[in-house]
Amino acid sequence: MVGFRTGLQIGVALMAAVLAAVLLPRYLELFTLINATVFVSMGVLALSLGLIWGFGGILCFGQTAFFGLGGYTYAVASINFGDTTWAIPLALALPTAVAAALGYLMFYGRISDVYMGVITLTTTLILFKFANSTAGDQWKIGSSPLGGFNGIPGTPPLNVPFDPGTQLAPDQIFVIAVLCLGLCYAAAKLILRTRFGRVSVAIKENELRAELLGYDVRLHKMALFAVGGFMAGLGGILFANCVFVSPTMFSLSYAGQVIIWVLVGGIGTLAGPVIGCILIQTLTTYAGTLSMIDPNLLLGALFMLAVVAVPKGLLPTATNLLAKLARRGDES
Amino acid sequence: MTVLLSTDGLRMRFGGVVAVDGVTLAVNEGELRCLIGPNGAGKSTFFKCLTGQYKPTGGRIFWRGRDITALDPFAVARLGVGIKTQVPSLFDGLTAMEGVVLAVRRLHGEAEARRRAVRALERLEVGDLGNRRIGLLAHGQRQLVELAMVVAPEPDLIILDEPTAGMSAEETGRAADLIRELNREHAIVVVEHDMQFIRTIAHTVTVFHQGRVLMEDSAEIVFKDPRVRDVYLGKAVA
Repeated sequence: MVGFRTGLQIGVALMAAVLAAVLLPRYLELFTLINATVFVSMGVLALSLGLIWGFGGILCFGQTAFFGLGGYTYAVASINFGDTTWAIPLALALPTAVAAALGYLMFYGRISDVYMGVITLTTTLILFKFANSTAGDQWKIGSSPLGGFNGIPGTPPLNVPFDPGTQLAPDQIFVIAVLCLGLCYAAAKLILRTRFGRVSVAIKENELRAELLGYDVRLHKMALFAVGGFMAGLGGILFANCVFVSPTMFSLSYAGQVIIWVLVGGIGTLAGPVIGCILIQTLTTYAGTLSMIDPNLLLGALFMLAVVAVPKGLLPTATNLLAKLARRGDES
Repeated sequence: MTVLLSTDGLRMRFGGVVAVDGVTLAVNEGELRCLIGPNGAGKSTFFKCLTGQYKPTGGRIFWRGRDITALDPFAVARLGVGIKTQVPSLFDGLTAMEGVVLAVRRLHGEAEARRRAVRALERLEVGDLGNRRIGLLAHGQRQLVELAMVVAPEPDLIILDEPTAGMSAEETGRAADLIRELNREHAIVVVEHDMQFIRTIAHTVTVFHQGRVLMEDSAEIVFKDPRVRDVYLGKAVA
């Protein structure tokens, strides 16, 4: 059973996604729309970390590993198949499986939180190094070269299922990306309402108590981590559709940014990380086009400002403020 | 009488320190057993071995005759063992009701879990705290909410590690009544060092000293034994 509040939140999110999908392609220029698709794909990545960290207590410092794996698998598979239809399930399955395997090693190995951060960061950096070193003709998977530092520039955009001749235009890809983000949000909300989701939150609250109540903490964490891998992989597929895949997807700078999006937007919420991501990406990209200030410098400054001014994150702070105002309104 | 939980020569060594040294013990169905001993006697280590939090370095643990020595805490809990730790171990961010529902949700559907959670909270006389966030409750209330979580799934055996730690005299008195009441339906093992408290609830008492069982008998005999007094006063015991 979905409660009224959850139902309302899902309804609003889906409505917003549909509105954005209908309205934005009409009013935004192509370049801006492609940029918006990039932000939305990153929003999916932010949501994936927001879910596993905010509600499962799993601080994954290398969520980009699954983002990049999703993107690379999509690119390589769609080039090889000459069709993106089967590339998508493959590009969702691989990051999910890798997340499950990595989760198995970490959680069944009883790795503590700090080391988990180190291991996940190292994983994405290893993939970054590896992807960087795949320049030259000898690095090919089937007919797709991996391209080293340059990545795979010829990543095919989505086509109509089983019709490789009909590729989707950037505005159509934007629509799909926004709807994917809306659906991921709805799915995450629903997951948190299930027994699995509630046990995950309980594990975040107190692992020992959850275990003493008979819940297999390691299995739960592994499953949630795999869900996060799936979502990040989806973000990677969408990203590959509007930019192209390159080792940057695995990079330290991306890995760090995801953490910042979640913290600025509000950990312990689902919409917060998405809002944080889109806001920060818009600001830093805008700063980049002005060429007045280094975007990374701006990102760092924004992060420090947010930590000091809104330590709980933008969304929880705004919600608290609204609640206070409403209470004051009721009293007067 | 059926033996519910038993250990055979249980041993737990941490480097050069042997915290539990060959403990053999059996708890019967419906029994109320107290494990007592001064600080450092090995009671809590023994408790953690029983509940799967420590893997013993020697000996065996049996549940209804089945070897469960290597089981993890969640698997021990699934056998029908309710476990309460010394420091209340709770979900501070959830309400008392949500916490207790989770305790039963593994076994029952949502509606039945809610019914049982309400019943457990009322049984422990904290029915009015259902909607309160656990993290905001007072220590004594937290102990009771945790006990509600332990009792709600109706385990065959409840293991309580120092249930009166941090309680006032009045709360301790209530806890004693509660344990006696719970014992009507569940076997209970109480790990405790408060002799006064044990005196009010005890049936059979096992006295731990330096990781071993010093003696095991009815409460009356144990409390009269000069060796037990000496152990508590820190005197050497032969």
